[in-house]
Amino acid sequence: MSYDTMHAPVAHSEEHEHHQQETTIFGFWVYLMTDCIIFGTLFAVFATLCHHFAGGPTGKELFDIKNVEIETAILLLSSITYGFASINAHKKNKGAVLVWLLLTFILGVSFVTLEIKEFHELVARGAGPDQSAFLSSFFTLVGTHGLHVTIGLIWMFVLFFQIMGKQGLSSRMQTKLTCLSLFWHFLDIVWICVFSFVYLGSVV
Amino acid sequence: MSENHMTSHEGESHGSYGSYIVGFVLAVILTVASFATVLSKAFSFWQTIAILGVLAAIQVVVHLIFFLHMGVKSLSQRHNLAAFIVTALMVLIVIAGYLFVLWDAQMNMMPS
Repeated sequence: MSYDTMHAPVAHSEEHEHHQQETTIFGFWVYLMTDCIIFGTLFAVFATLCHHFAGGPTGKELFDIKNVEIETAILLLSSITYGFASINAHKKNKGAVLVWLLLTFILGVSFVTLEIKEFHELVARGAGPDQSAFLSSFFTLVGTHGLHVTIGLIWMFVLFFQIMGKQGLSSRMQTKLTCLSLFWHFLDIVWICVFSFVYLGSVV
Repeated sequence: MSENHMTSHEGESHGSYGSYIVGFVLAVILTVASFATVLSKAFSFWQTIAILGVLAAIQVVVHLIFFLHMGVKSLSQRHNLAAFIVTALMVLIVIAGYLFVLWDAQMNMMPS
């Protein structure tokens, strides 16, 4: 902090702005941590109920691992494309940010589409959330993740048009992009636990 | 000097193409290992669950470092880390507590 006394007031206000950005990002991080607890609780519920089939179908009979592989690949790819958007946002490279955001958005939409398709097929086969405690906890956990991804996509959609507009890549917009990047990468971390313990754990 | 500060800041909290690609490759290897462990059916049930747990834990750390840029270099990173450790502890208590209580209840409710 000692160096900012040597700079002009401009540098000082930049420093102030920078500090404010860091506070915003930390606040968002704290929100993510509370979200982490929600998911932790839902995982605990799933761990408890994952063998309570009530005479209904088991995960081994229901889950299509091929579909899960594709979903995993899509989310992982979307993490890196968002990463590239963040790098370009920092370089103030507006066109590249928009392209990478668009790619991330398309990947995100394909993920949600695959998940809705999977849910629809399960319900159509009579394996809806009302079938057994196992399926209730499965739909709650995976559905909550899917809902988060959907909200992330709406957020991304809004940011996309805000960046295209007058504000461009202002520092305020960069803070927003950083918050969404934390959110997006966090959802990918939750997905690691979902495919490992929910899908793969059920078909062992 | 200010220039210097800016670049070091960028390196810390925004990553580079290289670091994202390294993280991505590591994540792909770990994911493929998880799926292969299950699909190969080479291990017993508990061995498979244990391997899945270890691989998932490593992948979470890889994501935290390469994608969420967690670390100890700057003050803000340390704040994030502290909040994360507290949360991880809470989640661990919830999950371990749940499983412990249930395991115990199941043992006590066993017939005979």
